Formats: sequence, structure tokens, C-alpha cells
Amino acid sequence: MNTPTRISYREALREAHREALAKDPRVFLIGEDVGRYGGSYAVSKGLLEEFGPERIRDAPLSELGFVGAGIGAALGGMRPIVEVMTVNFSLLALDQIVNTAATLRHMSGGQFSVPVVIRMATGAGRQLAAQHSHSLEVWYAHVPGIKVLAPATIEDAHGMLSLALDDPDPTVIFEHALLYNLEGERPSSWPQIDIERAAVRRSGADVSLICYGGTLWKTLAAANTLASIGIEAEVIDLRVLRPLDEETILASVRRTHRAVVVDEGWKTCSLAAEIMALMAEQAFYDLDAPLSRVCSAEVPIPYAKHMEEAALPQPQRIVDSVKTMLGRG
Amino acid sequence: MSDTGFLPVKLPRELSLSLLRDMVRIRRFEEACAELYGQGKIRGFLHLYVGEEAVAVGTLHALNEQDSIVATYREHGHALVRGMSAESIMAEMFGKLEGCCRGRGGSMHLFDAATRFYGGNAIVGGGLPLAVGLALADKMQSIDRVTACFFGDGAVAEGAFHESLNLAALWQLPVLFLCENNRYGMGTAIERAESETDLSRKAASYRIPSERVDGMDVVAVYEAATAAAASVRSGEGPRFLELLTYRYRAHSMFDPDLYRDKAEIEAWKKRGPIHNLTNRLKAQGDLTEDDFPQLDADARAEVQRAVEFAEQGTLESTDDLLRYTLTEPAA
Amino acid sequence: MSEFKLPSLGADMDRGRLLEWRVKPGDVVKKGDVVAVVDTTKAAIDVEIWSSGTVQDLLLQPGDDVPVGTPMLRLADDGEPATVATQPPRMSAPPQTLMSAPAPRVAPPAHAAPPPAAARRRISPAARKRAEELGVDLNKLTGTGPDAAVTIEDVLRAGAASTAVAPPIAAVGAAPISERASAMRQTIAAAMARSKREIPHYYLATEVPLERATDWLARANAERPVTARILMAALFIKATALAAHKYPEMNGFCRDGTFEARSDVNVGVAISLRQGGLVAPALMNTDSKPLDDIMRGLTDLVKRTRAFSLRASELSEPTLTLTNLGEQGVELVQGVIYPPQVALVGFGKPTRRAWVEGNTLRLIPVVSLSLAADHRVSDGHRGALFLAHIRELLQQPDTL
Repeated sequence: MNTPTRISYREALREAHREALAKDPRVFLIGEDVGRYGGSYAVSKGLLEEFGPERIRDAPLSELGFVGAGIGAALGGMRPIVEVMTVNFSLLALDQIVNTAATLRHMSGGQFSVPVVIRMATGAGRQLAAQHSHSLEVWYAHVPGIKVLAPATIEDAHGMLSLALDDPDPTVIFEHALLYNLEGERPSSWPQIDIERAAVRRSGADVSLICYGGTLWKTLAAANTLASIGIEAEVIDLRVLRPLDEETILASVRRTHRAVVVDEGWKTCSLAAEIMALMAEQAFYDLDAPLSRVCSAEVPIPYAKHMEEAALPQPQRIVDSVKTMLGRG
Repeated sequence: MSDTGFLPVKLPRELSLSLLRDMVRIRRFEEACAELYGQGKIRGFLHLYVGEEAVAVGTLHALNEQDSIVATYREHGHALVRGMSAESIMAEMFGKLEGCCRGRGGSMHLFDAATRFYGGNAIVGGGLPLAVGLALADKMQSIDRVTACFFGDGAVAEGAFHESLNLAALWQLPVLFLCENNRYGMGTAIERAESETDLSRKAASYRIPSERVDGMDVVAVYEAATAAAASVRSGEGPRFLELLTYRYRAHSMFDPDLYRDKAEIEAWKKRGPIHNLTNRLKAQGDLTEDDFPQLDADARAEVQRAVEFAEQGTLESTDDLLRYTLTEPAA
Repeated sequence: MSEFKLPSLGADMDRGRLLEWRVKPGDVVKKGDVVAVVDTTKAAIDVEIWSSGTVQDLLLQPGDDVPVGTPMLRLADDGEPATVATQPPRMSAPPQTLMSAPAPRVAPPAHAAPPPAAARRRISPAARKRAEELGVDLNKLTGTGPDAAVTIEDVLRAGAASTAVAPPIAAVGAAPISERASAMRQTIAAAMARSKREIPHYYLATEVPLERATDWLARANAERPVTARILMAALFIKATALAAHKYPEMNGFCRDGTFEARSDVNVGVAISLRQGGLVAPALMNTDSKPLDDIMRGLTDLVKRTRAFSLRASELSEPTLTLTNLGEQGVELVQGVIYPPQVALVGFGKPTRRAWVEGNTLRLIPVVSLSLAADHRVSDGHRGALFLAHIRELLQQPDTL
């Protein structure tokens, strides 16, 4: 049951949209079913009534077109929020994001800004199978010229949107679909956050667990299990996937000398791979054990529940990875 | 389109001469580019506009300074006519700091905020959604402005074309779609790429008023673009012009041009836009014997200055390599 | 099946004599359990095992004096039947043997294949770096990490064991010089020579009135049973720890000219041995412990030091050293820093002295407090503030 002091990740997002729309007339929301339907994940429910169809703009099934239009509108002085149903669908708009939004500032020698915010759901866990479940954050995190955010907490879900809108460069925000129902205490006032630093969500001296988005909660669960057997894990929530907060990652592994990266993306060429490379390059002499990672199995995410669960990083796999690393496997 | 006569239109002499002057400027500029490419001064891909000058000149003269332009990778001519200096364009192609984009863009990516010139886009069809967005921003902000979006016949096969026309029509956005149909998408003739080669009919299917225009006749282009821009400006939604034109040179500098008959090229050259306009002006008594040599000499001098400027330009320090990727923090 | 080998608990430890077993065949042990007590040149050390399993058999008898690396016991890994004693196949085994008689499979760890025989020794990058800093000889280390990798902990343990001797501030008594004392003498000599050679010491001293501390102790102890009484030494230790927390440049390690401050304060307490020599084991996290815990810890530490039953970990982590020579009647200590630490705090004998306070002259207990500190890390001004803070804390004993 909801009490007034509780708030969900979804509601925090909605509140952030409402605040942004009320504050700045240049802000508008565009996407498939954001208006009359109320948003495919109900983030924008009720906003059409409040702000009207011009600013809560339903778009046809035309990802390339409406994402590109959002980019053009940002170039034209607006502050669009473009909602794409899932990262899988965003591939239809990849050209506009990668070839246009990310390049305009550079190709124009710094003359043009594209302050667009593109939000999309990501991740598996709802038996939606291989065309609605993938974690392709790293595709975007690979590209210079855009910022990539992954709010994993209610505070970040609320706070990152307005910071992304204030940012003069294109920003992609990944919302893990399992987080929309996440509930927590509604803070009396929203905390001041940034979109530059990773966050240490739990301190520990024995091993660094580096994760983001939907894997944060699994990783914290694993850290609690580890604590019960005397292993204190430090949990780093990356928050910003590009540009990476290298300082926080390196400082942590230099303290703990061990790291496991948890990433719902596929292992090969993953964000986890990038973070491991970073640590190998810059913290090699501080490492006391081979780096390790817990990623999704190299398979399109299957439908059947037990298979889907087997394909994804789970707390037990994180625990096992740490125990093996510490010779307690 | 007519092979024999002119549209029964007589433009003011000054305007006519201005159209002729801009076409000659483009022709001389492009010829110089080809030569400089041969000398290795310009590198990368270089796409020349020789033969198609009437399209850029006729359309851009029909627009005003507040309008926005989205162009393709074959855009030197558009940039020149729009008011960007030949110096800044040439320096850009030389990869110099003094170029319009500090040498970051090159031939295919000319940008200029001052003249609202939004590129220079080397993704076929990539500019269309951008133009729709620019027009959406204008409409939402009640800004009286037309966004002119150039693209080639090749782009019509892209999904971006269809999505963009649909959105522009659905939301009644102030976009002037300008399809430069030069009959070839690189080496593929339009008959080999499109089931419907009358591209204006595709626009019509989105309920966008559309028209085919003789793109070799700058007066016809100017007249059609003026009318279409007025319609867009009055809030009647997007317009579409299919401008039938032809490029005399190969697609780019590395193209051996094996896919079309020399005879076809020669036939189109007979209807060349500069030739076409000078004949018309002579027939109307608007062009004296001295006019053409004078404006030709002016164009050559302008190009010469641009080349000298580019030659003397400086190279950006590689220390600045990573700049302009994201906004730099305020100092 | 794995063998547990005699670990080297210090760079200078190359042999050990088994004093007693703490386990017997069939016992289930887990990582960290004490399995044996081994006599070294330093002390009798509890040997902790670094893997879990069931003890299969003991390979040494008490009294055996063996080199580091000698197998001590065989361990059946968790999940492995204790009766099966199969060696992993070696590279030298003929292939047909492997084909015809596959060894019972032990589920390998998820990410680590067993190292091939004669493979490069596994030493973690961090362990290599730290070994270089501490001057620990990696060749003498037994790895306790997965696949017998040498970890940073192995190096720290060895480094601590090789350096866990307090400065020779106490005169070695006229006790008979046993072999062990002689070895210890050599170790102390090496450490102190290095200290004097490498560390630019500076020395400061001040006098601390102990009137309030003495009164407070008297009141506090009046309510306590004899066994729970607190000594002035505990106050000195706690005050020093709190001050070290506030002045981090006194608390940590300086290696190759680079200072690493420590966030935890582990005061090493110099304890003299009856047969001569000194050990300075750590009271861990001294700054956050209540006085009662410090007192209990101190008593226990003294008892076990003199019984040669310190744990290796207690020798590994002192972040600064405190020496209290009041018992010997010494008035002022001018100590030698124990490398790689950067400070040594000395307390002399509390004596009643004439003390001027305002316009009055009174007789009160006073102790001399001194500091030897590393000038590469701090300077006299900070050192003075550090001492002043200890003095101030001792004026508010109820806050300790």
C-alpha cells in the first residue's frame, strides 16, 4: 500500500517531468504513446491533461523520425525529452543519435549544441524475450559526444532528468524496466545530485563490486550475503556510463585490491570489459586478484522464466565470483 | 519541363544577374576544388555540384535570412549562395583552423550558425528528421520561419524520408522539402532504385502539396520555390519540390563514371543552367556583352582569394584534438 | 586434496620448529583457524590455515625443525571425500594414464583453471609492489590466495613479522642470551640501524600534569574489582591514539619516501621480554576502544607476548609505537622510530613535582611526554600540536 511518504521510481520520474515542464516552456515530451495512453511504462500518466497535446506529443511508430525530430528541435532551441519504449527499439533511431546528435557539435567546430534528452527502458526480467529485454547501454557508452546516464535509485530517477535537460549536450538516460516499481521513502526534499560522479552505495574493504542501473540492487543483495560470511564488499553504482568516473572506480579498487564488475549487458565487448580494461591499465599494481565480471549469458534473452533468470546476473553468481576470487569458493 | 522554350516569366534584371552571378560563382568554385583535389590540397570525399547550380541558386534566393537550411554532402554551392564566405569554405576543405568548422568537418560537413546553415550531412536522408525537428521547434515557439531541407533522389528510398514527410504533414510543420533529383544515387540510376520514379507522387501520398520543376532552369526553380516558401510561411504546412537536374561530373572524385552514357551527359550539358540563363537574358536584352566576362572574372577572383586564404591558414594544434566533443566547462 | 605448507611469517623467517598441533586428522577446519604453534626466532606464532576442508593427515611431529614451504598437513577440500587421496595429474604423467584412469573430478572454481605445473608463480601485482616496498623476498613466501597465489596479505604478514620489533629503547637486561634472543638482537639491530640511517628524526618533549588523571583514576578504580582496575598506561595509550587520529601525519607508514596515512589507529605497545629484547604488538583500533577494553587488551597482550603466543596479525599492523619506561624509573624517553612507522611516543616515570599554576605553587604528579617523529612526514610545529593534544586529553580523563 502506498502511503503519502512512499514514492516509486516511476512516480519520481513523473514528478521530475512535471517539474521540468512547469519550469521551462521549452521542455516537451515526445514519444510513442506518451500522451493518451499514458506512457508504455506509465511514466507520463496524467501529464497530457496537465500540459496538453503540444507538449505531451504522441508520435507515430517512427523511432528514427521522432528521435531525429527531437534532435532537430533541440538544435532549434527547444529542450525535448524523447521517450523510446525500449533500447531495442532505439536501434531504429541509432543513426540519428550516433551520426547526428553526437557529431553536430564537433563537425561544426563547436558552433551547434544539441541539448536533447533521450530516455529509454532497458533490461530484462519480465519474460519479454529477445526483442524487448536487452541491455545495450554500452552501444551508446561507446560514442563520444553523448552522455549516458543510468539512474538506479529513486533520487537519481528524479534528479537526473533536470540535470540532463540543463546539459547542453545530448544525453541518453537508461531506466531499467524492473526499477519502475521500486518504492522508497519520499525524501522531504530531493537531495542535490550531480551527473558526473559514481556513487559508493556501500563501503567495504575486501572487494569492489562495480555495477549500474538494474544490477545495483542485485549487487547490494550479494554484498549483504557476503557480509554474513565476513567479506566486506564495496558497491560502486556507476550512475554515469559515459563519461565514466574513472577516479571513483580506481580509488575503490586501489583500496580493496579486488574487483568484480556486474553488468546486465552481454559479456563480450561489454561495459564491464571497458571497466576491467581501465583497472588493468591504471590500477594493475594495486590488484591482488584477477579481475572478474558477472554479465548476461551470450544468448538472446529467452522467454521461459527459469531460462531468463539463468541468463541474467544474479546475486548468487556475484557472491560465488567473490568467493572464488578470495579463495573461499 | 521544356527543352525548347523558357517559362513566360521575366524577373527584374538585377535579380536575374544575381542568379547568374551565383551560378557562376559555384561553377568556378567547384572547378577550382577539382583542381585542388588533384593537387592533394583537398582530401576526403569531394562531391561537386557542377550542372546542378540552378537548384541551390533558385531555391536559396527564394528564402530569407531568418530561414534555416539543411543540406547534403554536395553542399558547397548552397553554402556559398547562403552567404558563407568562399574563404571559410575553402579553408575548411584545406583542413585549416580558419575554416568554417575549424577543419573538423571538411567538404561534406559545412556548418554556419550565423547564416543558420545546419550542414552538410553525409548520411543520405540524415538531414530530413533534423529539418522536421527544427521546424517543430519554430512552430512551438511561434517563430515565423521556413526550414528548407535539401536531399537527393537517393534519400527517397530511405526510411528517414518517409518518416519525416509523415511527421511534417501530420504536424503541419513549416518545412520546404527540396528533392534534388539528379537521376543517380551514386552509380544507381533512379529507374533501378525506385518503383515510382515520379518522386513528387510519394510526397503527395503524405498529403503534401508537391510539384516537379525543371531544375536546369533557375528562373523556374526560383518561381516555384518562391511560391512554395510563401505557402509554408503562411502556415499551410510543408511543401515538396522535386527539382529535376543533372550532375555533369562523376559522383565524387574517385568515381570512374561507368554507369551512364557519355551521350546522356552531353545531352544534359546542352541544357546547362548557366547557358540556359544567359540565353534567356540575352533574348530579353538583359545581358550586355560585358556583363558575363565581368561576373566571371569576379567569380574567378573570389575563388583565387579563397585559395590564397586557405593556403595561408593555420593548422589547429593537436593539443585541441578532443575539443568540441562535449560542451567545454565555462572558464 | 591440498597440502598446507609452513608459511613464512616474515622475510627473515626461513625455518620454524613445530611446537604443537592444534588439530588432528578428521578435524574440519576453515580458513583462519589456528592449526599449529610454530616457534620462530621471534616468538611462538599461531599458524593460521588459508583454506578450508578436512584434515587428512599431519606430516610433522612436534619438535620437527623444517624450512619454510615444508608440507605440514594434508587437507581434503570441502566436498571432497576425505579418504580419497588423489594428486592432480601432472604434466609429466603419460597421456594414456590420464585417458585410462581419469582422476576424480573436483569441481573447479568458476573462473580459475588450475595452474599448469611449472607455470610462472602466481604473485599478484599488488603483492609484488608491496614486497618491493617492504623489502620482502617473494621467493620465500608461500602463497595463500586462490591457486596458491601470493597475495598482498601474504606480503604484509611477512613484512610485519620481519619488522615487528620495537626500537631498542630499553637496555637489554643482563638475562642470559639465548639463541633466540641473539636472533632477535640481530633483527632489532637491523631495524634500528635502518631507522637511524633513513629516518631524519626530530625530538620534542613536554611535561604533563597528571593531577586530574590520577584523581579520576582513583575514583574510577574505587568502584571496580581489583581485576578490572585501570592503569595510568591505558590512559596514555588512549590519549595517544585519539591524538594520532587527529594528527594523521603521526599515524601510518612511510615507504620509499612516500607517506601513507592510516585511517585506523593501532598503537603498538612496546613490551620488554624477560630474556631481553622487545616486541611491540598492536592494540587494534585503539582510538575507538573504551578504556576497559584497552586495559584488558593490554593485559592480555603482555601475557601472551611473554608466553610467545602472539598472533601474526598482532605483529603486522601497529601504525605508531608507544613506549612507557616509567617502571624503570626513566624520566625522559628519546626513542628511535620503528620503520616504516613515522612516530614514537614516550612516557617517563610520573613523579611528584613542584608545579606553578597562576600564582600558586603545588606538588602534583607530572610525567614527561616525548615524541620522536619522521621529519620527512611532519615538522616540529605539528609535532608540538600533537603532544599538546595528548596533554590536553589527559586533563579530561572522563572523556577518554
